Amino acid sequence: MSDLQGYLRSDGRKGIRNVIAVAYLVECAHHVARKIVTASDDLDVHLIGFPGCYPNEYSFRMMKALCTHPNVGGVLLVSLGCESFDRDGLLEAVRESGRPAELLVIQEAGGTRSTIQKGTDAVALLKQESTAKTVPMRIDELVVGTICGGSDGTSGITANPAVGKCFDRLIENDASCLFEETGELIGCETIMSERAITPELGAEIRSAVEKAERYYRIMGFGSFAPGNADGGLTTLEEKSMGAYSKSGSSPISGLLKPGDVPPGGGLYLLDVVPDGEPRFGFPNISDNAEIVELIACGCHIILFTTGRGSVVGSAISPVIKVCANPDTYERLSEDMDVNAGRILSGTPLEEVGDEIYQLTLECAAGQRTLSEELGHQEFILTYKSFEPIGPACLPAAAMAR
Amino acid sequence: MSALTQAKDDESRAMADSTQINCVHLHDADNILVCTRHIRSGETIRYLAGSMAALEDVSIGHKIALADLGTGDKVYRYGAPIGSMTQPVSRGGHVHIHNLKSDYIGIHDRQGKKNS
Repeated sequence: MSDLQGYLRSDGRKGIRNVIAVAYLVECAHHVARKIVTASDDLDVHLIGFPGCYPNEYSFRMMKALCTHPNVGGVLLVSLGCESFDRDGLLEAVRESGRPAELLVIQEAGGTRSTIQKGTDAVALLKQESTAKTVPMRIDELVVGTICGGSDGTSGITANPAVGKCFDRLIENDASCLFEETGELIGCETIMSERAITPELGAEIRSAVEKAERYYRIMGFGSFAPGNADGGLTTLEEKSMGAYSKSGSSPISGLLKPGDVPPGGGLYLLDVVPDGEPRFGFPNISDNAEIVELIACGCHIILFTTGRGSVVGSAISPVIKVCANPDTYERLSEDMDVNAGRILSGTPLEEVGDEIYQLTLECAAGQRTLSEELGHQEFILTYKSFEPIGPACLPAAAMAR
Repeated sequence: MSALTQAKDDESRAMADSTQINCVHLHDADNILVCTRHIRSGETIRYLAGSMAALEDVSIGHKIALADLGTGDKVYRYGAPIGSMTQPVSRGGHVHIHNLKSDYIGIHDRQGKKNS
């Protein structure tokens, strides 16, 4: 099954979509950027952006990773004019990647109405100029991320292990698979570190989870929403054990931080908790903050498991919704790509895992997911700070050096 | 194969074996069952290895004690500890936030009130 076609980018990566990203560089340019996207009325024109006015290395790195993501074919930057964001640096980086890119500065372009008009014209032109050729794409060129949101007591026995089965199959085919949110893996550090391909990586994984626990304790709240308890989950470690099963049973090949692209096929843990003393608040204020970070690592597709029933999608990369709870599926079936809740009435886990795997390949081949069709393009990016990963985090890459 | 994966496979088979069951025992070391559909008080709880009476209404995804549990007892799910009992519960009773707490970070409600 390799009828996949990808948009070939200058860095050798291939995209499964050819999105035009309209990016506001401060909240003050958000409205104008949104109006441009709305006026474009195109499922492949997406709104992204960063709200802050202060400089931040992480947010620049993330915006650059997103604007040069393989699913992105062209970029329009929308600046107010006085914010700190390095707009010229980003414009240059996108152009260097071979993508068409334009910058509009509202203070120079004549205000709201004029910038919306110019921006809408620019997007139409970017669509024409975004002519990356399509080439055959292999499964081992796919990067797939997973996240759970609105988990309940069924998540850990249906949707999450079914995604784990799909991950195992993708990794057998040498695809790259990412799981994340160390704050929702608290309690799993011992079994997880034992799956690392080297003891040094195991130690890095353990310390990443310990960092998460420390961070959340200072924040005063664990990553556990009231809806989790409504759905039968009682403790953070119970939620963690269920979330952990999304990772499947492959060895863990590396530990990444947001914006790090996996160096080859295998299973990777993404550490999303900032380094150093807590400065900017909660590590991930909602599910889409984690999805954006997975996408910044190059994820083409996100497998999103939910028990209570999340409806979100994402800008840039399609989201496949895997519903854990059969009752939720009945209520929200128009939002759910997969009904994993039927595992509770006897459908084998493997069968649902296969279905997710097939759907992942169909999505990569261009088929739209339900959240894509519904126009879900949620996006959120806030302040953070990270130290680069150490050499023990990617043992295979370190050995190849 | 990890203990966790083994548990998943056993449980998957268990659910495939019978549609009569309404609870699943995920791992040999577990002292709770997880409901696979809503169960009413007095209804018979059926899992692969046995049955018992439900002492109260318990919703899908929620937990039922497989044995009498005392204050301070660890609760096991997927073969792993998921917290400690704060109050005793009898076999067949609901195990949740009113009698079980985290050994890590506590949870909170919609008013921001913490259940430590």
